[in-house]
Amino acid sequence: MSAEVTITPEIIQKHNVTPEEYQEIRSILGRDPNITELGIFSVMWSEHCSYKNSKKVLKLLPKDGPRMLVKAGEENAGVVDIGDGWVIAFKIESHNHPSAIEPFQGAATGVGGILRDIFTMGARPIASMNSLRFGTLDQPVVRRLLTGVVAGIAHYGNCIGVPTIGGEVYFDESYEGNPLVNAFALGLARKEDIVKAKAEGAGNPVFYLGAATGRDGMGGASFASKDLTEESEKDRPAVQVGDPFLEKLLLEAVLELLKTGCVVGIQDMGAAGLTCSTCETASRGDTGIEIDVAKVPQRETGMVPYEVMLSESQERMLVILKKGREAEAKRIFEKWDLHAEEIGQVTDDKIMRVRWNGKVAAEIPPRRLADDAPVYDRKAVEPKYLTETRAYDWRSAGKPGDLNAALLKLLDSPTIASKEWVYRQYDHMVRTNTTVLPGSDASVIRIKGTNKSIAMSVDCNSTYCYLDPYEGGKIAVLESARNVACSGAKPLSITNCLNFGNPHNPEIFWQLQKCVEGMRDACLALGTPVSGGNVSLYNQNPKGAIDPTPTVGMVGLIEGRQPVTSHFKDAGDAVLLLGTTREEMGGSEYLKTLFKVKSGLPPRADLAEAVKLVDLLQALAAKGLLKSAHDCAEGGLAVALAESCISSLGQETGAQLTVDAAGLAPEVLLFSETQSRAVITVAPERLEEARRLIAAQGYPCAVIGKVGGHELVINGLVRVPVEVLSHTWRGSIARRMDAAGGSSAL
Amino acid sequence: MKFGVVVFPGSNCDHDCWYALSGALGRPAEFIWHKDGDVSGYDCLVVPGGFSYGDYLRTGAIARFSPVMEGVRRHAEQGKLVIGICNGFQILLESGLLPGAMLRNDSLKFVCSYVTLRTETSATPFTRGIKKGELLRIPIAHGEGNYYADEATLAELEKNDQIVFRYADAAGRTTAEANPNGSLSNIAGICNKSRNVFGLMPHPERAIEASLGSADGRRVFESILAEAAR
Repeated sequence: MSAEVTITPEIIQKHNVTPEEYQEIRSILGRDPNITELGIFSVMWSEHCSYKNSKKVLKLLPKDGPRMLVKAGEENAGVVDIGDGWVIAFKIESHNHPSAIEPFQGAATGVGGILRDIFTMGARPIASMNSLRFGTLDQPVVRRLLTGVVAGIAHYGNCIGVPTIGGEVYFDESYEGNPLVNAFALGLARKEDIVKAKAEGAGNPVFYLGAATGRDGMGGASFASKDLTEESEKDRPAVQVGDPFLEKLLLEAVLELLKTGCVVGIQDMGAAGLTCSTCETASRGDTGIEIDVAKVPQRETGMVPYEVMLSESQERMLVILKKGREAEAKRIFEKWDLHAEEIGQVTDDKIMRVRWNGKVAAEIPPRRLADDAPVYDRKAVEPKYLTETRAYDWRSAGKPGDLNAALLKLLDSPTIASKEWVYRQYDHMVRTNTTVLPGSDASVIRIKGTNKSIAMSVDCNSTYCYLDPYEGGKIAVLESARNVACSGAKPLSITNCLNFGNPHNPEIFWQLQKCVEGMRDACLALGTPVSGGNVSLYNQNPKGAIDPTPTVGMVGLIEGRQPVTSHFKDAGDAVLLLGTTREEMGGSEYLKTLFKVKSGLPPRADLAEAVKLVDLLQALAAKGLLKSAHDCAEGGLAVALAESCISSLGQETGAQLTVDAAGLAPEVLLFSETQSRAVITVAPERLEEARRLIAAQGYPCAVIGKVGGHELVINGLVRVPVEVLSHTWRGSIARRMDAAGGSSAL
Repeated sequence: MKFGVVVFPGSNCDHDCWYALSGALGRPAEFIWHKDGDVSGYDCLVVPGGFSYGDYLRTGAIARFSPVMEGVRRHAEQGKLVIGICNGFQILLESGLLPGAMLRNDSLKFVCSYVTLRTETSATPFTRGIKKGELLRIPIAHGEGNYYADEATLAELEKNDQIVFRYADAAGRTTAEANPNGSLSNIAGICNKSRNVFGLMPHPERAIEASLGSADGRRVFESILAEAAR
């Protein structure tokens, strides 16, 4: 590509810049942009970087709270105070489009990107999680995607030495061709060590650190801001290639460098690469920045400014140093064998200036790029399909037949089944802090040298969101809070990843708006503000859009006690059901798995009830009364009970239970997905104490039986040997992947 | 007894080993940077797990040329103790300090999981305090732990009692099902002929506190400490 290109309407369109946006660019510059400037505007004003379509909706989410030190949108990740001088920085981000095209590298670089967001804040990453969504495993292409995505996450996370401690894997036809890969990372720091991504102090040198720039990932941000089509395969060069070893060096070097105090500001070159990192740091610092692209290390020859500025080559950082401290920094770069180049300086003219061989290649006010992107009011219209799904009567699907078989079928459903096939491939123990391994409701990381642990969970039932976006968004937050509370933690804050279809479709925009409203109400009720996150729109292909998927990553704090896990412990322990079961079969896994029906009205979540249960679980944990606690979610009470029997390999046990049907049909009692319920166990000698505490908090509770035996028995309805439950649940994904030859051509 | 934990670029269990020794066991331990060839101040060297040099080319293949490995070799020749864990084991194999080689797991997948190890010999400084036949629960986390040696080497290992741990089931049987990576004869760890260099794929430093799921890994480190006190 030559540096001199005449801008034509075709070129403008190719950059996903609308004619109106082009006029705006002209008025900002007072002239026509050149091709480099057009490229810069197009990536910075893409949905991925600017949130231009979602900004107004995102404003609905609560961001304030007494523990919030860095709020959503202020920096690369939110920061939450956990007391005694410790803070955590965490965020979830999507890498959906790259993973659809190239699952291994797409997922790997998703992990790499989110980790950089954390350690550039001065926090050492101590845990990763992810939320993965695919079509159904009977499709060879889906098996190939799952294999590639999991191997990619393992490749990156295992090498860099950050434990991948859990997450969720969800299967639904709506993700066929549009898999979702949402990567979450959490870091730990001392309060005083948190740094900002700001370019301040005219004359301070700007350093480029890390991998050389190539043509990989050209325009990834704008690629992620349009629908996937069959042509998308040709966008493969827009997928980056990751090098976790290099990132491990960057991580250690950056944390060492930040300790010296010679850094003014630092930012990862993620989406929109050098463009985004320069204009965002300058915009935050209310300064200007000047760089010379000829000084940028390049791994390919003949690259022009357009390419250097838009490349999304991985493992690169922009570091602004205090003038005069360069030698100190260089010693650290050399220690870690890292390549660093001084490429420019901070200026005070509030202009981002890109030079190339003595010429000015681009000159733009950074604030207009970073903060003043156009904001759109998209039209929202209630989708037509809802009239039909709301009116659906679940009974019309048919009778369940043998209830033992129905339970086994649910346990065999890959969405419900054990994800051991997945997390065995992740190093989830490195750093020796993982006190609750993957497979419980929440995973838990202890903080050495303190009495604190951090519980975390990622959740979203997208079927609920499809059938009722408001309730679905609400439930995503409430369920993640319940999961965290089941481990005994106090929910603190969420990060979210809003995965939706094309926002220009009013029905899709309505889904987005309603989901966010639901999340807002749940966050307000729980007192868990949103610390940050990301929006991924355009998740659709010619077959249609994904189900609305507002993934929630909830973080909670445990102080002064051991975490609680979800599996039954000892024979004789009393099993208690907290909460009331109602006839809520719409959108259930029961309907999906047994009858291939995705319809009906999903469960309603009562906010007051949900908050009460979260508080109650913490109160029980604080008194040391919980031997186990497990949330009732997909598959209802029967699945929750079965999981508690079998989820700890080698410690499987039965349970003998009698649940008051209260006039409910057997399949409702067993499989209804009524919210705000949990199954807990209590040692028999402490049962009365537990019951008193529960009664004092006024929460519905029933003692339904005891742990023990070799079968799960529920009323006269279910009687299945534990080993059958275990075999069915534990082997579900492996049976589909290994038997069918799930390996991909990697 | 003073421990030195070698740090290569890409090591990621260095801190865990250091923590196990200095935090959980309360023994002096220091990091040794890979560019440092002098390791004379230490009694026992720990070559930790991770992905040294990204494990590019082949696991451990680049690390063996690191300046510190010359020091490790001299240290071993003096009869002092060396323990290589996971990637550290791979590096010791590549350096020729231990016999055999490592292949990719037979599943072709990385595997992270608790396994059961059967102690095959107490006659090493690393297992002196563990009875032969005793079972330990310790995690593994690797993509290339499929130990291989030719027939003659395997026979040597057997003859000289150099096989230290084997993968076993809960009843102590070394079955194929209990073998997580396809390793020859279910081998999880071996020592050299002089018995002062020990390599194993499982991570004893990850099993040092009950709150992590097992404290069985302490037995290995406690054996080393007991050896020093002899």
